[in-house]
Amino acid sequence: MIEVKSKFGSPAKVPAWVNLALIPLINLAAALFISGIVILIVGDDPIQALEVLFYGAFGYADAIGYTLYYTTNFIFTGLAVAIAFHCGLFNIGAEGQALMGGLGVGLAALYLDFLPSWVVIPIAIATAAAFGAFWAYIPGYLQAKRGSHIVITTIMFNFIAASIMTYLLVEVLIAPGGQSPESREFAELSWLPFFHDFLPMPDTPLNVSFIFALLLSGAFYYFVWRTRWGYEIRVVGQNETAAKYAGISPSRNIILAMALSGALAGFVGVNEVLGVHHRLILDFTGGFGFVGIAVALMGRNHPVGIFIAALLFGALYQGGSELAFEMKTINREMVIVIQGLIILFSGALENMFRPKIESFFKRKKTTTAARA
Amino acid sequence: MDSIQLFILLLDATFRVATPLILAAMAGMFSERSGVVDIGLEGKMLGAAFAAAAAASVSGSAWVGLGAGILTSLALSSLHAYACVTHKGNQVVSGMAINIMVAGLTPTLAIAWFHKGGQTPALSGDSRFQPITLPFADALRDTPIIGFTYAELISGHNILVYIAVISVPIVAYVMYRTRFGLRVRAVGENPHAVDTAGISVDLMRYKALAVTGLLCGIAGTYISSAHGAGFIRDMTAGKGYLALAALIFGKWKPVPTLFACLLFAFTDALQARLQGVDLPIVGVIPVQFIQALPYILTVLLLAGFVGKAHPPKAIGIPYIKER
Repeated sequence: MIEVKSKFGSPAKVPAWVNLALIPLINLAAALFISGIVILIVGDDPIQALEVLFYGAFGYADAIGYTLYYTTNFIFTGLAVAIAFHCGLFNIGAEGQALMGGLGVGLAALYLDFLPSWVVIPIAIATAAAFGAFWAYIPGYLQAKRGSHIVITTIMFNFIAASIMTYLLVEVLIAPGGQSPESREFAELSWLPFFHDFLPMPDTPLNVSFIFALLLSGAFYYFVWRTRWGYEIRVVGQNETAAKYAGISPSRNIILAMALSGALAGFVGVNEVLGVHHRLILDFTGGFGFVGIAVALMGRNHPVGIFIAALLFGALYQGGSELAFEMKTINREMVIVIQGLIILFSGALENMFRPKIESFFKRKKTTTAARA
Repeated sequence: MDSIQLFILLLDATFRVATPLILAAMAGMFSERSGVVDIGLEGKMLGAAFAAAAAASVSGSAWVGLGAGILTSLALSSLHAYACVTHKGNQVVSGMAINIMVAGLTPTLAIAWFHKGGQTPALSGDSRFQPITLPFADALRDTPIIGFTYAELISGHNILVYIAVISVPIVAYVMYRTRFGLRVRAVGENPHAVDTAGISVDLMRYKALAVTGLLCGIAGTYISSAHGAGFIRDMTAGKGYLALAALIFGKWKPVPTLFACLLFAFTDALQARLQGVDLPIVGVIPVQFIQALPYILTVLLLAGFVGKAHPPKAIGIPYIKER
């Protein structure tokens, strides 16, 4: 008899596709079903809404561009939350870290624009990573060394980041003579190239950050599963005591994982600030950090899964703006409801369907084994 | 107006701001002391705020609104319990999911039902909780200090403010002097021991979360139909998280939590007064700094730089019965 190889920590003896595809799909279906009921309650047609959503996300070239642009943000925040999950940490502060990343990008682009493009852009990307990493390093340090709970600290840091950003944009970085809290426009040499600059496609915010996100996904895989650092982070995440006995320092890895998480979240600033808005504005993070949690959960903390989940949420975001035009009573907020429900079913209520599905497959397996 | 009067008016504003914080923090105390993390206070309040305003505007009665607010908050609380207690789901994820879902659901329903761009119709008269003038308040107003304090600070609030104030001694009594409170604290510290004593851990946590739902419902109702006059989207504006911060800053204890709420509310009231005022030595304090102050203080407390907070030992860990 052939033993089914299963990864450590994954529930034993269930085919991998069940855990990786079937259960997420069932959770998604449940979330969409409840969303459909909500749409019925407000008096619209759920099937039509789904069609509009799908068409709005993939139906024409502009839509695909926008969908992939949102996907980029979700890949960054999904990877950010995932690396922290691998270390057993819950980073709920990707939102604040993304904000700080954007601040780093903005400062680099505003004050270094006397340098050529090929110098400014890498520096801006590096400062995004550094600022984001710093904003996650502090909660990581406080968790590792002072025992303050990471969830609470990162929530508090989201608010502190928002306050810092508002202060800087209202009092310091505001464009001279400007009324609204935003910086001056960056010099054009620091802008990231759009896809429509070099591909025959309509004007969309999709820019080279998308390629950067894909490269990072590959790097993420290599780092987590093929390097010693990644291994140590996973060991700490799965069993801190075992890690200690193996000579792996939990506190060092907690801080490292958080700093990496913050850096990844900070790249949202690259896509939004350097890629699209070309100036520092308030609230460019738009909840991407929180949705990153759902992306990581659905994607099972694996880059491939994260890409698929990010695409799903990207499609939801883009398709959702179409809802407002096409439907009678529903609009963008419906997308937030769907997001919340997906987080509920794929995260908090994950154990609702799982035991039944698992026992179904276990039973099936034992009966086929008995027959053979 | 002399400085004492100014100070009393400032305290008066503090109470108005502190009311939802106190109620929500007391709500969170039941959940967290029973071992269930509740970052969903925000969502429960927002849901209750909407339901209360919607029901009050349809029925014309603020009390019907309060009932609807409490029911909605209870339903959301039960959902949290269903996910975290029955199915042992992740408590933080569940709270997040509820917050996001409600943030989307309330404007969606408001647009569908009231066609006012995500708001409910403005509440007035009986559909809103009105200030109550305590006896002799007007007669005593001219008496220096004591009379003025009585008239401005103690009298003239709506009923929910008084409920918030008396909720603190009641919560303290229930938490420390009743069997229910003892058991709530016990399931949050050592659920195994409680289980061994023959008490259902799951049922205790459900009960604790029901109290959380009740108090959050009152807090949300206050926001939309006593402090405000109708529902506006995202009108809780982070108050749930602020209440959570106050709860932690108060070390999960009723009276210190009350003072944390008052402190946070006082900074908020002060900030409105200090806007653009040039103070001696420090100069103009940025508004954003004062707004961030509660969060900074909480982080410092958690890090052990100001005192030391001991969270309930079993917080965040689903209880799985041994077989």
